Amino acid sequence: MELRGFKNRNVSPGYIFFEGEPKPLTSWEQFKRFLSRAVKGELFVGLWIVLREMIRFDIHTLQYPMEKLKMGPRYRAIHKLLRLFDSGSERCIGCGLCEKICISNCIKMDTKVDEKSRKLVTQYSINFGRCIFCGYCAEVCPELAIVHGSSYEHASEQRASFGLKEDMLTPLDKFKANKQKEFPGFGALSKDADKFVKKTPLAY
Amino acid sequence: MIETALIVETVVKAIIALAVIAGMAGFATFIERKVLAFMQRRLGPMHVGPYGLLQLAADGIKLFTKEDIIPQNVVKPIFMIAPVIAAASAFVAIAAVPYFPEFTVFGYTIHPIISDINVGLLFIMGAASVGMYAPLLAGLSSHNKWSLLGGARAVIQLLSFEVVSGLSILGPVMMIGSLSLINMNDYQIGGVANWLIWKQPLAFVLFAIAGFAETNRTPFDLIEFEAEIVSGYATEYSGMRWGLFFIGEYANMITISVLVSIIFLGGYNDIWIIPGAIAMLIKVSLWIFLFLWVRAAWPHVRPDQLMWVCWKVLMPLALINVLITGIVLV
Repeated sequence: MELRGFKNRNVSPGYIFFEGEPKPLTSWEQFKRFLSRAVKGELFVGLWIVLREMIRFDIHTLQYPMEKLKMGPRYRAIHKLLRLFDSGSERCIGCGLCEKICISNCIKMDTKVDEKSRKLVTQYSINFGRCIFCGYCAEVCPELAIVHGSSYEHASEQRASFGLKEDMLTPLDKFKANKQKEFPGFGALSKDADKFVKKTPLAY
Repeated sequence: MIETALIVETVVKAIIALAVIAGMAGFATFIERKVLAFMQRRLGPMHVGPYGLLQLAADGIKLFTKEDIIPQNVVKPIFMIAPVIAAASAFVAIAAVPYFPEFTVFGYTIHPIISDINVGLLFIMGAASVGMYAPLLAGLSSHNKWSLLGGARAVIQLLSFEVVSGLSILGPVMMIGSLSLINMNDYQIGGVANWLIWKQPLAFVLFAIAGFAETNRTPFDLIEFEAEIVSGYATEYSGMRWGLFFIGEYANMITISVLVSIIFLGGYNDIWIIPGAIAMLIKVSLWIFLFLWVRAAWPHVRPDQLMWVCWKVLMPLALINVLITGIVLV
């Protein structure tokens, strides 16, 4: 096949090319076009549609500071560090995979070996000025320790906000109140996902 | 003594009409925002007061307390007086408009019209046309290209629609034989069947279209269309001077609504069991709603399309209407 054949990607059977309405040549044709445009009643269709929407009163406004969008589980916002459900200790084992995989190099962690000769994460921080919220860190974490939360309000006074270990780690009192939410897994579906499923049409 | 009473009565009526129309013009901005919002699946103003009802007060306070900026290089006296012309001409026009049937308070009969002059319709049309000086002068005096374009568009708009509104109203005037709006109202006494819209449907449509053009409402809002000429003649204005343009536009809207209701839709005569005053309020409200409804639904036209439609379509139709009315009357 020639190169031109490859380049001409848009032409495939089934495409309909519309050159636009034929231009009226004579003044009689112009008059006919004017009549058909003027008497067609399309203007009243427009009026009816906006009136229908007003009567239906299907308001889509979300009054933001009072109401907030419910984010789906796939939404990747500011990270969270979770705790183990039975003991309450940190899940993070300091393996450093997230630090390694981070493509914008924004995760840094310091670890040491404690007296029980376990690895302890002393410092953990994410530079949210650099983070692109790709989700690799949450995906690679073997312990489901670092996950994405769903808070999308990121305005703060300092760059360091949200990004330190004590900001991300579930506070102990919140944990004890049983309010730590389990991460449903990377790419999990929302609870009402079934509602949005449509059958695949056999032929488009 | 009678003269003093007349003067006092006229002054009181003028003050009441001014206050009520200005208030209604302000309230119409709120209604417009709400109706547009509902038609676009939004809520509109919600935070100031219950359902945003006090938004009107908030806007008023904002407009009144803003700094009155007069930019460099503008022609100062004309720049300052142009918005006053807009509001004043709109309020002058309402002087000859009857709103309600006459009623009696404490044995004193009140005619709800400031001045029943026998050329009322002509006076209103003239005063409303003077209002077009406001965008023209504002556009010329602002040192701004967008304002200038807006002013130029105001002139071509005036030249286009004025012929149509004048000629279209000629048919009803020929049938009634009077330019007084009270006579026009009295001509249609006796129920819906006597409304002039059934005898002059073409004139009604033409006058409605011209009314949209006269008030710069959406299909013909080309003198202040944001996407093309920023804000048109009002680009350089801010604060209360801009607010005066706005009040003038909405007062004009109310005037046109009242005019259409009186000339074509039976005026303030009783319909069945509905008293005349209520019928009038309903008609005017419906007509103002139509202004907002059209704004939500329709795109606006280009200046050349406006001129084309006014001179080549609407004006011949108006002439034909006058001709047919004349033949039928003779």
